[in-house]
Amino acid sequence: MDKTIAAISTPVGIGGIAVIRVSGEDAVAIADKVYRGKSRLKDVGSHTIHYGYIVDQNDEKIDEVLVSVMLAPKTFTRENVVEISTHGGIAVSRRVMDALIKAGARHAEPGEFTKRAFLNGRIDLSQAEAVIDIINSVSEPSRKNALSQLEGTLSGSINAVRERLVHLAAGMQVIIDYPDEDLEDVTLSDIENISSACLNDVNKLILTADSGRIIRNGIMTAIVGKPNVGKSSLLNALAMEDRSIVTDIAGTTRDVVEEYVNLGDVPLRLLDTAGIRETDDVVEKIGVEKSKRSIDLADLVIVVLDASSKPDESDREILRSTEGKKRLILLNKSDIGENDYSDYTKDEKIIKISAKTGEGLGALKAAIEDMYNLGRLSQSDTVIVTNMRHKSALLQAGQALERVIEAVRIGMPSDIASIDLNIAIDALGEITGATVSEDVVNEIFHSFCVGK
Amino acid sequence: MAVAGKYDVAVIGGGHAGVEAALAAARLGCKVVMFSISLDAVGNLPCNPSIGGTAKGHLVREIDALGGEMGKVTDAVFIQSKMLNKGKGPAVHSLRAQVDRKKYHMEIKKRLEYQENLDVKQAEIVDILTENNAVYAVVTQTGMQYLAKTVIIATGTYLRGKILIGDYERESGPDGMFPAKQLSESLKRIGIKLLRFKTGTPARIHADSVDFSKMTEELGDEKIVPFSFETKEISENKASCWLTYTNSKTHQIIRDNLSRAPLYSGRVEGVGARYCPSIEDKIVRFEGKERHQIFIEPMGLDTKEMYAQGISTSLPEDVQIQMLRSIDGLENVEIMRTAYAIEYDCCDPTQLYGSLEFKNISGLFGAGQFNGTSGYEEAAAQGLIAGINAARKVQGKKSLILDRSQGYIGTLIDDLVTKGTNEPYRMMTSRSEYRLLLRQDNADERLTPIGYEIGLISEERYNRLLEKLSLTEKEIRRLNLVVASPDAANPILEKWRSSPIQTGIRLSELLKRPEITYEKTASLDPERPALPEDVCEQVEIKIKYKGYIDRQLAQVNQFKKLENKLLPIDLDYNSIHGLRIEARQKLNKIKPSSLGQASRISGVSPADISVLIVWLEANAK
Repeated sequence: MDKTIAAISTPVGIGGIAVIRVSGEDAVAIADKVYRGKSRLKDVGSHTIHYGYIVDQNDEKIDEVLVSVMLAPKTFTRENVVEISTHGGIAVSRRVMDALIKAGARHAEPGEFTKRAFLNGRIDLSQAEAVIDIINSVSEPSRKNALSQLEGTLSGSINAVRERLVHLAAGMQVIIDYPDEDLEDVTLSDIENISSACLNDVNKLILTADSGRIIRNGIMTAIVGKPNVGKSSLLNALAMEDRSIVTDIAGTTRDVVEEYVNLGDVPLRLLDTAGIRETDDVVEKIGVEKSKRSIDLADLVIVVLDASSKPDESDREILRSTEGKKRLILLNKSDIGENDYSDYTKDEKIIKISAKTGEGLGALKAAIEDMYNLGRLSQSDTVIVTNMRHKSALLQAGQALERVIEAVRIGMPSDIASIDLNIAIDALGEITGATVSEDVVNEIFHSFCVGK
Repeated sequence: MAVAGKYDVAVIGGGHAGVEAALAAARLGCKVVMFSISLDAVGNLPCNPSIGGTAKGHLVREIDALGGEMGKVTDAVFIQSKMLNKGKGPAVHSLRAQVDRKKYHMEIKKRLEYQENLDVKQAEIVDILTENNAVYAVVTQTGMQYLAKTVIIATGTYLRGKILIGDYERESGPDGMFPAKQLSESLKRIGIKLLRFKTGTPARIHADSVDFSKMTEELGDEKIVPFSFETKEISENKASCWLTYTNSKTHQIIRDNLSRAPLYSGRVEGVGARYCPSIEDKIVRFEGKERHQIFIEPMGLDTKEMYAQGISTSLPEDVQIQMLRSIDGLENVEIMRTAYAIEYDCCDPTQLYGSLEFKNISGLFGAGQFNGTSGYEEAAAQGLIAGINAARKVQGKKSLILDRSQGYIGTLIDDLVTKGTNEPYRMMTSRSEYRLLLRQDNADERLTPIGYEIGLISEERYNRLLEKLSLTEKEIRRLNLVVASPDAANPILEKWRSSPIQTGIRLSELLKRPEITYEKTASLDPERPALPEDVCEQVEIKIKYKGYIDRQLAQVNQFKKLENKLLPIDLDYNSIHGLRIEARQKLNKIKPSSLGQASRISGVSPADISVLIVWLEANAK
C-alpha cells in the first residue's frame, strides 16, 4: 500500500482557514497521534466532523481545529482521508504539517492526491488534468479557466475544428475508396482553403497557450533596483493590493525564494523576495549582483528608479543589465521627487508610482495586462489552452496542417496530402480522445452515397 | 458413429476463405480435408464477377505475397483489368479485374484437386465435436465423423441462409445452393455467439436484351499489371463493361413500391452494410441525388449473362423489371437471375484471437464472411491466415498475427477481433493508418519474407525479392550522388513545367518534385543502369515520397511502443485496481494481446490504459 500523504490543500493565507488533507491507509491513525478531542478518531464514523486541538510532540497545542474523517472508498482519492481545518496563516499550517510528518505521514508531491484519485479510478485523465490545473491555478481567471475546461469548452472548440477536417478527409477519401462513383472530388483549393482556415483556428488556440501558462503559473517577475529605491515598499504595496501574499515556496531547484501576488487578476510570481528585503536593509550590498539570477529567470523585469534622487551609475548599470528583457520601468517616490531619468531610458515608457500611497499601481497593472494580452483573456467566452499536453497536440496539428497546405501547393496528389491531414485530425483527437480512421469511415457513410 | 477419416485440419466451406485455408494448411504439410455443400460452388463468385478494387486489390496482393492463391487464379482467368486511382498517389492505386466466373471456379477446383495432402469432399457439416473445450471432429449430414485436430469454419452466407425477394422468401444459400441449416445449433451448443447479417446481389441480365449504344463503354487498361508477383506473362483485355444511370422515373418506381421491400417492411432481421446499400436504400437516404450509376459487367466469355452493378435490391420481381426497364439501354431488358437479399448467421468476431482461433475452444478457427466480413478478398485473406495458424497449431508453432503496420490483412483482422462489427465489414483504404507504407506495389517487400519463413514462399521467389530490394537500394544510393547541372536540367524541367534550377542539383532531389519522374530524368543520367520495371517503380516511389514515408515510419514506431507492451492472455482484469467496470468487462471479453490492442477496444479509455501501464510496470519489477 502507498504511504499516507499529507499537504496543505488550500492556498495558504487565502481566507480565514486552511485545510490540511491527509490521505492513505493510515490517515486516521496518524491524525489520532496529533489530535486531541472528545473521542479518538479511529472510533468515529465515516464522514463525520470533530472539534478539538492539534498538538505537537510535546503535547503543546498548535491550534484549535475541526477534523473531518472520511473513510475509503467514498472519498476524493478513494483512500481514507482526514481533513484538518485550521485557522489559516502560514505558520500554523506549517506546524500542523510538521506534526503530521513526525507522526508518520509523507509530504504529498504536487498533484499527488489527484494522481491517487486517478489511479484508484475515481476520475479520468482529462478530469485529472483539469483538477490539477485548478489546484495549481494561482489566480481567479485561472480557476475560471480550469473550471470551464472541466466543462468542456476547450473540447468544444477543438472538436469544431476537428469535425471540419474529418469532413474534408472523408471527402478526399471517399473518392479513393469509391473511384467509380460519380462523386465530385474535393478540389485542391478546397483542401487548401479549409486547411488554412483550420490552421488559423489552431494557431489562435496555440496563442492562448502562452497566456494560459501565465494565467496558470503567474508571470515570473524580478523587481530590481539599487538599494533604497523602494523595492520592498513596492513589494508590500503589491501585497497590500492583493491583501494576501499567496505563499512563499522555498525555492525548488532554483534556490530563489518566490512569492505569489495577484495584481487584480494578474498573477505575479515574484522572484527573490527575500533578497529584496535583505538588500534594502543592508545598504552596502549591491542589488544588481544579487539580482542577476532573478533577472535571468524572469519573464518580466520591473526596474525601480527613485524619483527623489538623481540618476547615477548604479541605475545605468541596472538598466543596461536588463536590456533585451521584457521590462517595465517604474519611477517610485514620484510623490516626493521629480528627478528625470529620461536620458537613461530613451523612448521607454516610465510609469510613475508611489509605493507608499499606492498611486500608479493601476497603471502598472494595465501595462502588464497590455504586455501579455491578458485583457482580452478575461472575456469569459474565450477558450484558453493552459495544459502543456494540449498545447503540444495543437502544435503538432498546426505543423501537420502546414504540410497539407504545402503538399497541395507543390502539386502532390490529394491522398498524400491526406496523410498529414490525418495526423492533424489525430493530434486534435488526442485532446478529446477520438481516433481518426473510425470517424472518417463513419463520415463517409453518413455523407456520401456509395456502394454496389 | 462411423469414423470416415482422420485429419490435421478440417475446413468447413469451399468459398474464398475455405479455399485459401485448405491450400495453405496442406502446403504447410498438414493433412487437410475441405467440405463444400456443393463442389460446383467451390470458389464461386455469387455476387460481382470481379476481384480486387480499392483496398481489396491490396488484400489480394498481400495474399499473394504471403503465398496464397487468389491473385494467381485471377491472373489466369481475368477478362478485363484496371488499375484504379491512377490519378492519385501510389498508396491508393488499386488493381481490379473482371473475371470469367465459371473459369474462376474451375481453376480453383482444379488447384484444390491437384493439391497434395488435401481431400475435397461434397458434404454438409452439421456438427462440430469438442471435448474439454477443444475441437476433435466434425460430423456430416449423413452421419460420418471426421476426426480433426483443428477445424476452420468458413461457411460464408450458407449458415441458416435465407433469401428474400419482395415478399417471397425461402431458406437458401447463395446462387440457389442448399443452406447449412443445422450447424448454427451446434455452434450455439459449444458456446459461440452468433449474429445475423444481411447482404444482397443485383439482377443478372441477358446481354442481347441490352442496348449498349445508349451506354458508355468502360475499357480496361492498355498496360496490364498482374495481381501475382509471380505472374510473368499476362494476357489482354477480352471484354468491356458499360455504364448507364438510373433516372427520376426509376426513382419514382422505387418510391412507389417501398412498402414492398422487405428492408422497409421490417421483415429483414439481418444487419446490412452501409457501404453496400440496396438501390432503395440509396434513394431513401440520398433523396437529392438525381441519378445513380449502373455498371453492366460481363459474367464471362462463354455466357450472355451480365451483372448489373449498382442496383442490388430486395424489391419484388415485378418492381425489379419495371425499375430496370426505366433505365437507358435497359428498356427491353430480360432478367436471367432475379436480385435478392440474403440473411445468414455469422459469429461475433470478438470471440476470436488475432490468430482467428476461438478463445473458448482450442483448435477451432473462423474465417471469411462467417467472421462478419463482406467480400471475396476479405474472406480469402482471413482464410489464408486461419489456414496458416491451424497448421502452425498442429505443428506446435507460434501463431502468425500481422499487425496494423504490416498490412491490410493485419488491419482487417485487428479491427474484427478488437472492435467487432455490427455490419458486414468491408476493407477500405481509409481504415488503414499507414496507407503510404501499405502499398499494393510493395506487398512483396512487406510480406514475402514472412511467407518464406512460414514455408509458403519458395526459396527461388524469396531470392528474387532480395535481388529486387538490393537493386532498389543500390539505385537510390546512386541517385543521391548523381548531380544535374542547370544547363543540362533546365530544358528538361521547362518541358515538364517544373521551375528551373540555379545550381547543380542531385537527381534524388529533382525526383521529389511531383511533376518529375524517374523516366523523365533519364537523359540527365548517362550512367543509369538498365533495371527491371518493378525496381524503377520502387526507386521512384521511395525517393519521391521519402518525407511522407519517414513520417509514417515514425508513426509506426510510436504505434509499436504500445504494441510491444504485451499483456498476459489469461490476465483477470477484475483484479486490477483502478480500471473502470466497463473497461474490466471489455478487457476480459477481448483479452487483448498488447496494450496497443487494448487501447483500440471501444469502452477502454486513455485513463484505463494509464492504469494498465502502471500495472505492467509494477508487475515487471
